[in-house]
Amino acid sequence: MKNLILISVLALSITACGDRIKPDEGTAGDGSAGSGSDNAGGASAGGIADGSGIGGTALEGGKLVSYAENAINDANNVLFEKIVYFSFDSNAVTDDYIELVKHHGKYLSFNTNASVRLEGHADERGTREYNVALAEQRALAVKQLMLFEGASKDQISIISYGEEKPVSFGHDDESMSLNRRVEIVYQ
Amino acid sequence: MIKKIIICLFCLSFTSVAQAVLKIDITEGFEGALPIAVIPFKWNGAAKVANGDVSAIIVSDLARSGKFSPVAEKDLIARPQTLAEVHYKTWRIAGMDHIVIGDVSKQVNGSYRIQFRLIDILKAKQVLGYSFTATDKTLRDVSHQISDYIFTHITGLPGAFSTRIAYVTTKRSKTGTSSRLQVSDTDGYNPQTLLTSDQPVMSPAWSPDGSQLAYVSFESGQAEIFTHNIRTGVRKSRSKFPGLNGSPGWSPDGKKLLMTLSKSGNPDIYVLTLSSNKLQRLTDHWSIDTEAVWTPDGGSIIYTSSRSGKPQLYRQKAVPGAKPERLTYEGGYNASASVSADGKYVAYVHGEGSTYRIAVLELATKSSRILTEGPLDESPVYAPNNSMILFASQESRQAVLAAVSVDGRQKQRLAFSDGEVREPSWAAVRY
Repeated sequence: MKNLILISVLALSITACGDRIKPDEGTAGDGSAGSGSDNAGGASAGGIADGSGIGGTALEGGKLVSYAENAINDANNVLFEKIVYFSFDSNAVTDDYIELVKHHGKYLSFNTNASVRLEGHADERGTREYNVALAEQRALAVKQLMLFEGASKDQISIISYGEEKPVSFGHDDESMSLNRRVEIVYQ
Repeated sequence: MIKKIIICLFCLSFTSVAQAVLKIDITEGFEGALPIAVIPFKWNGAAKVANGDVSAIIVSDLARSGKFSPVAEKDLIARPQTLAEVHYKTWRIAGMDHIVIGDVSKQVNGSYRIQFRLIDILKAKQVLGYSFTATDKTLRDVSHQISDYIFTHITGLPGAFSTRIAYVTTKRSKTGTSSRLQVSDTDGYNPQTLLTSDQPVMSPAWSPDGSQLAYVSFESGQAEIFTHNIRTGVRKSRSKFPGLNGSPGWSPDGKKLLMTLSKSGNPDIYVLTLSSNKLQRLTDHWSIDTEAVWTPDGGSIIYTSSRSGKPQLYRQKAVPGAKPERLTYEGGYNASASVSADGKYVAYVHGEGSTYRIAVLELATKSSRILTEGPLDESPVYAPNNSMILFASQESRQAVLAAVSVDGRQKQRLAFSDGEVREPSWAAVRY
């Protein structure tokens, strides 16, 4: 029960964050967010149980949690989200993303054959080489959290691109916030 | 992916008709620049060569330096073709210090003979005069050399017009991103591509003799430092450790490379001796240390470190465990140092809020001055003769190269017609 509450709170924060910087995110915030921890979302626990004992839990907002092997490709699963966003000139994983990173860490710990590449990125402000270093520290912070959740070092590789691979090309705050990210790429 | 990487052999003799890719606009005038009149050269027995207009190239070079203000052709009060035709008193009354006259003559074998004379109006005599032979392909090179002679004679500083610049361009399309490492004349003509990759290319740096570029390429799926001979096209992988391999910086003798590596957990400065592959760690701190450059005496390094919480510039002896001295205190973001050839000044990126501008620090007094407007200026690099600073700037949605005179009074934009251009590096010598 305690876990359920924790996860529900997480779903709220992901939704809120999605509203702020990921306006085109379809799965989060689809009408039932904000309903607290009483499992009021449209999805049900039964929908994603995989029988492996890893189990699933329903979340409000249509997001589910399962560490089944295919969960990372399930648009209804919290693991479908694979981008962690950061504040300017910071490598701290914010409260909005700590649980997401932990879920991926747990997934790796349950699926020891899986591996990820963490790709660190920065926005265009500041110098290029400093941004490569900063973006690597972001990826390292994500890696550290995943290790705490039981992932092994062998499962995680890192590359930092700094500001060299933006996904958004505007110079406004919104574009830049989309570029300050670590992408979790399953190999 | 490897197949998508094309390494181009760089060969001067292949240079076809020069093409202007960079267009240079002088955006702000410069009071106090030295007046000079370059009389359009007379072409004997030949039509003017497109892109080879010698006197026009000289005018453009001298204007770009910020130290001269050449008279516009339409404002010339006279057009002497020979020394005998120069009427000194007229030029003196017009306030002209120097004039340049010359001619280009087609030779029987198809080459050109170019003669020029620099005339000091106050001394009422010729103070410099040379004759060169050139082909269609080398007319621009000779013109830049003449600019260097004139610049050096009058200012006492070495000329830097006839060397080369390197820069990175990026072109984005629906099928992906293409990065190119390019080399051109200092006025942007004769661009040639050294490397094309669908992965990022970063941080080109000229070796002191102008023969090689060090740079970072992600072509193998990770950051890797290469050195690349521009004449032969031969290149060598110099660093491919796990993690960062960045910020290559040549020692003044060309025998060592500074680099940023994070193989021990966080980014620190290392120095690689190229002949022996010996690697030494120069900094050891949990924060980010990067963007290291040598001081011209080879004794110290200046680098960016976030050890105070925010990126600031530090200087230390170029030996392991040396004590760092913090150089910058104003503002929360000071990074990416370029040291002037005389070792007295450091150009760097100064960030305040969301505005990033180019500033210069005088090492003796620790006083600094902001030279540019921003808002996203970066990658400052001194011209080899210290007369100007080249940097990358953002204009509306396009990344461009720009130059500012060291006193901040003259600014120029080198707009790129095709894609983004950034990370300039200026060779001290034409190899």
